[in-house]
Amino acid sequence: MAASSDRSPPPLPAAEEPEAGASDMADGDSDEGEDIFVSKSNPVAVSRGVSQPDRVSEEPPDLFSEEQASDTNTQANGVHSDDDNDLFADAQVELSTDKSGSSGRKELPTSSGPCPASSAAQSPAPMQTTSLEQLEDEEEKDSFDLDVAVTNPEKVGDGMNAYVAYKVSTRTSLAMFSSKTFSVRRRFSDFLGLYEKLSVKQSHHGCIIPPPPEKNVVGMTKMKVGMDDPSSVEFVERRRAALERYLQRIVCHPSLIQDPDVRAFLEREDLPRAVNTQALSGAGFLKMISKASDAVNKMTIKMNESDTWFEDKFQEVENEEQQLRKLHAVVDSLVNHRKELCGNTAVFAKSMAMLGNSEDNTALSRALSQLAEVEDKMEQLHQEQAASDFFIFAELLADYIRLLGTVRACFDQRMRAWQRWQEAQSTLQKKRESEAKLLWANKPDKLQQAKEEITEWESRVTQFERDFDRIGMTVRKEVLRFEKEKAKDFKSQIVRYLEAMLHSQHRLIKFWEAFLPEAKAIA
Amino acid sequence: MEEVQEGASAPSVHGHNIKVTEVVIDGDTLTFLIVSQKLSGTGEYHVYRIYEDLEWLQHHLFSQEDVPGIQGVIFPPIPAKPQVNASAKVMKQLGFLGLGEWQPYCKALESFLRQVASHSVLKKSKAVEIFLTSADPPGRQRVRKNIFNRLSQAVGEMRKEGHKDVDEFFQAARDQNLIITGCTKSATERFLDVVLTEQKIAVACGHFSAALHLCVEAGEDPDKQAFSSICVKLSEVFESIKKNMMSTAENNVSTLGLGLDLESRYQEAEKEMLFRRTCKLAELETARRNAEKAKPVKKAAMEEVKKAAETEFNHICGVAKQEIARYEAARVQMLQQALVQWCEKQLLTARESADQFDQCLQGFRGMA
Repeated sequence: MAASSDRSPPPLPAAEEPEAGASDMADGDSDEGEDIFVSKSNPVAVSRGVSQPDRVSEEPPDLFSEEQASDTNTQANGVHSDDDNDLFADAQVELSTDKSGSSGRKELPTSSGPCPASSAAQSPAPMQTTSLEQLEDEEEKDSFDLDVAVTNPEKVGDGMNAYVAYKVSTRTSLAMFSSKTFSVRRRFSDFLGLYEKLSVKQSHHGCIIPPPPEKNVVGMTKMKVGMDDPSSVEFVERRRAALERYLQRIVCHPSLIQDPDVRAFLEREDLPRAVNTQALSGAGFLKMISKASDAVNKMTIKMNESDTWFEDKFQEVENEEQQLRKLHAVVDSLVNHRKELCGNTAVFAKSMAMLGNSEDNTALSRALSQLAEVEDKMEQLHQEQAASDFFIFAELLADYIRLLGTVRACFDQRMRAWQRWQEAQSTLQKKRESEAKLLWANKPDKLQQAKEEITEWESRVTQFERDFDRIGMTVRKEVLRFEKEKAKDFKSQIVRYLEAMLHSQHRLIKFWEAFLPEAKAIA
Repeated sequence: MEEVQEGASAPSVHGHNIKVTEVVIDGDTLTFLIVSQKLSGTGEYHVYRIYEDLEWLQHHLFSQEDVPGIQGVIFPPIPAKPQVNASAKVMKQLGFLGLGEWQPYCKALESFLRQVASHSVLKKSKAVEIFLTSADPPGRQRVRKNIFNRLSQAVGEMRKEGHKDVDEFFQAARDQNLIITGCTKSATERFLDVVLTEQKIAVACGHFSAALHLCVEAGEDPDKQAFSSICVKLSEVFESIKKNMMSTAENNVSTLGLGLDLESRYQEAEKEMLFRRTCKLAELETARRNAEKAKPVKKAAMEEVKKAAETEFNHICGVAKQEIARYEAARVQMLQQALVQWCEKQLLTARESADQFDQCLQGFRGMA
């Protein structure tokens, strides 16, 4: 998944396509495929996924590696990224729109197209036999750039109708855009509207669509009143950074970037106001997810997966979400303690300054005043550390908790697709039974109609089966991609965190080195 | 109770290197092992003492009535009474001395004993000798709370605190003491808050580190492994951060913390000395008035009283002036040492941490 500002996200899925080949229908590998239409409605040997191929894992050369990122912005957190000069320094995304190359990985089958879901627009059953035969060379990979940044939050309007507009800037060499660099202004509801549009599209079913940041009524109201106090500033910055990460993840996704709504979002001067974003408030988002889960739980027909991949993965995803929640709680508490330390240090610095002022002995007085200054500087360091903890770790964990929720939703989508297919099969069965009855009762008119209906339902069953297969493969592919991105994302954030910490330590060392002679001079 | 003779002899041990090497916790009692070097160079004394023994010592030091001007002495302050599983109130009282496993407390105790054993007047007390060298515990009778050192006793006494002085030097000393005592106490408490928060951060880092281990999963899936090894490495990072925080906090306590604590308590001791002198001043002025107004019958007696008060007062002033000068020099030196040590230790810790973080960073960068 993409990184937030100041991170360089890993190279794009193009490089990872080969892994996702696992989701391709390698007919040669799986036996399960043949059985589908033979069996009755339940239980059905469902999974048509292919067992995981072996990997020869070689990391593709990181074209937008961390080395580039590290020196640009040492204040590596959400707080200082409003740097117009360097909007895109780290927000780089590599995108491949053609038959993806294996870029060094000697394995897998690639599909013909960046993502099965998007090529679904062209054909209903994209997963094919082509996959096994295609082993692309590195050289065949075309790579394009698209960088996106969210900056310059500005309050527009007054009073309770006021809102914040953000500048969304894109830099790209992709042909599908009308220019190379462009920017638009968008408000928060626009971002939510984009998500809503993406999430209802059939073509994206099974895709892990990055969720937007949550609505926050209290924060927004406070901000409408005034944007100047520290908590408002923090709120806006937090939101800006979250929106940026959201967009970066979207453009990082091979099929989402192809979506016309995404392009419109990035390019169009004016966007129709998004309404009905109520559903996407924080609470709404969670409700949406749990509604989906409920629907699945209520399914009367039990899905019997012959390939346990989906069950296992789902369980893993649930466990992981729990673990990340725990981690997030601990980080939250850490951030609070750091903020407390800032406060304590500032108060201590003041008391030392007072002590220095009251002190008769000149040299001692001077040293104590210096001490007060050192402590003041340390307070600054603590602030930055707290911000680092928060913007890097806390937000990272929060993002992934939400993303995992989305992953669960994808699994649910697959279940519903299965359910639809089963229901269609059951209807078809009923139609056939009534046809049989009509045959026996010898009613030619009704028989004709019945036959027509059977044909109609037969094609529906085929359609739904294909949908289900497609979704299954999409989910599989998406999950694998997600796991890779997650590892890279975490790694790059941790590197950024460590860099910031190391920088802090060096500054701290300088402070102490400067103070030492002052302390020694008292005598 | 042991008979204590006040003699002119100084203790038979060196004062400057007395050590409190151990503290033994037995139920609710803390017992300290005090080691001092014989002047003769022939060995050491090892004695076990509890807090009540300290109070015994202090009581005897206070009670040296035949030492002229004893009330002008700034008595080295003893630490507050320690308590195993201390209540919040006791912890607040102890401040820095309640932290850790009583190491700061032992250091404070050491300071006290060294100050007493090196004090030109106090070291001559037999009680000091007995305390430091006697294998048997000094008398453990409950000591009457000595009103000698209790400022806050009678409200009547309190009024005298503002009594105008006749001597510019002492008035200035009292004024300065008042200001600085408040500032120091405040700074000490604020610094303690800093240290306590640092400890909380260390604990939170430990939790994070432990929680990360729960994310590690066995299995051969390379993606899972990649994430698992990230979690393991991150866990190590936070262990490092935790250690850094703990070291920082410890450095704070063992140098500047103890320094501020001692300074704070010593300033209180100076305040009490100045107060005693002020009380004596008030007494003297009363005696003078009485002598003046006295009827011829009582006059001679009043004059005696007046003379005695004058003599005592002058003795006290003499001692007090010396004590103040000595104290001023000593405190500057003590604070300087504390600041230098503090700075050096923090510098060392910061450098070590920078190295560790750098290693962690390289480790992450090098990860596949």
